[in-house]
Amino acid sequence: MIRKEMIAMLLAGGQGSRLGVLTKNVAKPAVLYGGKYRIIDFSLSNCINSGIDTVGVLTQYQPLKLNAHIGIGKPWDMDRIDGGVTILSPYLKAEIGEWFKGTANAVYQNIQYIDKYSPHYVIILSGDHIYKMDYSKMLDFHKENQADATISVINVPYEEASRYGIMNCHANGKIYEFEEKPKNPKSTLASMGVYIFNWPILREYLIKDNECSDSENDFGKNIIPAMLGDGKSMWAYQYSGYWRDVGTIQAFWESNMDLVSRVPQFNLFDPEWRIYTPNPVKPAHYIASSACVKKSLVAEGCSVYGTVVNSILFPGAYIEEGAFIQDSIIMSNSRVCKNAYVNRSIISEQVIIGEKARLGEGADVPNEYKPGIYNSGITVVGEEASIPADAVIGKNVMIDIGASAADFTSLNVESGKSVFKGGVAE
Amino acid sequence: MKNVMGIIMSGGRNTKLKELSTIRSSPAVPVGGKYRAIDFVLSNMVNSGITNIGVITQYSFRSLMDHLGSGKEWDLDRKTDGLFLFPPFLSDEGTGWYRGTADAMYNNLTFLKRSNEEYVLIAQGNCIFTTTFDDMLRAHKEKEADITVAYREMNDIPMEELSNMGIMQLDSSSRVIDFQEKPMHPNTLNGSLGIYMIKRELLIALLEESVAHGYYDFVLDIIIKMLHKLKIYGYKYNGYWRSMSTVQMYYKCNMDLLDPAVNNELLGNLKIYTKVKDEAPAKYNEEAEVKNSIIADGCIIEGTVENSVLFRGVTVKRGAVVKDSIIMQGSIIEEDSALNYAILDKNVILSRNKCLKGEKSWPIIIGKNVIV
Repeated sequence: MIRKEMIAMLLAGGQGSRLGVLTKNVAKPAVLYGGKYRIIDFSLSNCINSGIDTVGVLTQYQPLKLNAHIGIGKPWDMDRIDGGVTILSPYLKAEIGEWFKGTANAVYQNIQYIDKYSPHYVIILSGDHIYKMDYSKMLDFHKENQADATISVINVPYEEASRYGIMNCHANGKIYEFEEKPKNPKSTLASMGVYIFNWPILREYLIKDNECSDSENDFGKNIIPAMLGDGKSMWAYQYSGYWRDVGTIQAFWESNMDLVSRVPQFNLFDPEWRIYTPNPVKPAHYIASSACVKKSLVAEGCSVYGTVVNSILFPGAYIEEGAFIQDSIIMSNSRVCKNAYVNRSIISEQVIIGEKARLGEGADVPNEYKPGIYNSGITVVGEEASIPADAVIGKNVMIDIGASAADFTSLNVESGKSVFKGGVAE
Repeated sequence: MKNVMGIIMSGGRNTKLKELSTIRSSPAVPVGGKYRAIDFVLSNMVNSGITNIGVITQYSFRSLMDHLGSGKEWDLDRKTDGLFLFPPFLSDEGTGWYRGTADAMYNNLTFLKRSNEEYVLIAQGNCIFTTTFDDMLRAHKEKEADITVAYREMNDIPMEELSNMGIMQLDSSSRVIDFQEKPMHPNTLNGSLGIYMIKRELLIALLEESVAHGYYDFVLDIIIKMLHKLKIYGYKYNGYWRSMSTVQMYYKCNMDLLDPAVNNELLGNLKIYTKVKDEAPAKYNEEAEVKNSIIADGCIIEGTVENSVLFRGVTVKRGAVVKDSIIMQGSIIEEDSALNYAILDKNVILSRNKCLKGEKSWPIIIGKNVIV
């Protein structure tokens, strides 16, 4: 077996429950983003662009779409004889079968996989973030400092710092303290959940951590503090650039909208750092004479006869004549029928919006069913739903996956209401 | 159609495509925003279930080879069968150049002999049409034909183009009774599509006999000479079909794709596969004014685009006006420039304030990598 210098373990098991109906049937890393991608494409593309060709993808929650998406890793050039991409799902052991308990436990359960390559270094990534990062530069930094562990950090606004794991470091970057979600943060360097470890050391800590019954088996909560406590050489690698945890409906929507600004902070058009994804077999898109498209991203296979402003259209979206799309995300193969109006909404895959239906109008009232999720004025329609013609739908409305005309008790769905398939919430 | 193998003829030099074909053979000309002409016939074969396909090349085949690669985009990177490329080669008998279409196939007789499909489908690499060949095979079997030639009533193609085709006369049973290759004065509108269905054993025998006598052209020396000896039938194809034979035909075909009905026939139902490029979705900025156009991934548009086809990664800057034009991959239209009835090859830069204008009947062509 060829010895790999560094391999990646990509944590892709999280549900991302704050994305509501968008992650009801798929794990967060499989959520569509940016006109043709899924969130996990960014971490995977970063790997191959950084020269890492061996990636273990740890899946757990609703992995079907994720598995189908990754396949044998062809789009990322990871269909390799040695290494490549391997999907690691929880499995049954001799006596017990168990789920991955925490991030560290997920890696612990796959020690055998990593040992097979006997790498010097392991990089732990999460499949939840939108960013471009050259991990090989981080590895250089790790080696220069003769570190045991290097944690990638990003400067966040002070008022947001208490939402993150915060690294307190000396001027040279050496970490002396780690605080998980501190009330009064001492620094604004937040962990991005990207760690490089010397594999023999991490291996030791994973085994120790697993023996500790009161551990949550989490990198941030357990492994990092334990290593710091033992006086290991731990360094913060400062990243500056576009990095977003698109974990809420609002953050997801905003990050997508960032892409349509004139010179986006996050450049998808960089030939030196391509983002790879399975390409749909669809023709170049068609913009009709009756159409008007401004400040938008439009993917292959779309047909636009209506108006699209400040929006993102995924492959195969069809916008009929007279339809007006504004500040919205329309995912793959959805159709917006004639004279419909879609404002500030996220429309999942294979949705049909009937003629003259109006979405995203009215007062900004938080959702009654899940006020913690749908509260930023954005209406979300689950995949394969169909909105009846002439329906008027307010803000912060949730339309369930597969909901159809029969599930609409009224054509008028006020702001903050929800429409469930079969009429009832689960 | 497991019992059919495919041969795509992509060799012929075509000077009528002007600058577009100086660096590539006509099957490699870019079409419809992201395809090359050969993608259509190749996808048609794949969509028909043909998985053993040989592509015979001759003139400037580099870009074609690069495009086809191992055939993985067409799902043809197989352990058994798959895609085979046959550029000309030197051998004891061979001169290094194919002396004609029959000679080209004869030089690759090993491929034919080693295959075990009962039928061979021979087709041209430079034609734009979308279909499957199941119906043609059925007709071939029903008629118990030796050779079936696909043809089409060319009532929508200018008369002068017909003189570049094989023109057929059929009797009431669809048997071909007359076949004129590139006639000055075509006597019917039935143009051959250059698509032939024939039994593999028969093809091998015909090729061996013909080349042994020093005859090298499949149409002139086999079809036409054998017209009365063999049972040669016509199979009528009714769909959209264009050959990338001249600049005018090339231009017209790309513009035809702006018609939703044609677009849907060619690209809407059956999948047309091509080499992927991993470009981001096209980006429209505030000032973009796009009407009736095909825009591929990776384009950034800030100007006006009307009745045009933009290939992958084209940039149209502010104030630029593009009308009735075809712009290939990676070209940049700088600010305040204008383009009318033009075909820009790959990576052309049209500088600021420049204006290029062709005529509908004679679009202006700018060659690859040119800075205007």
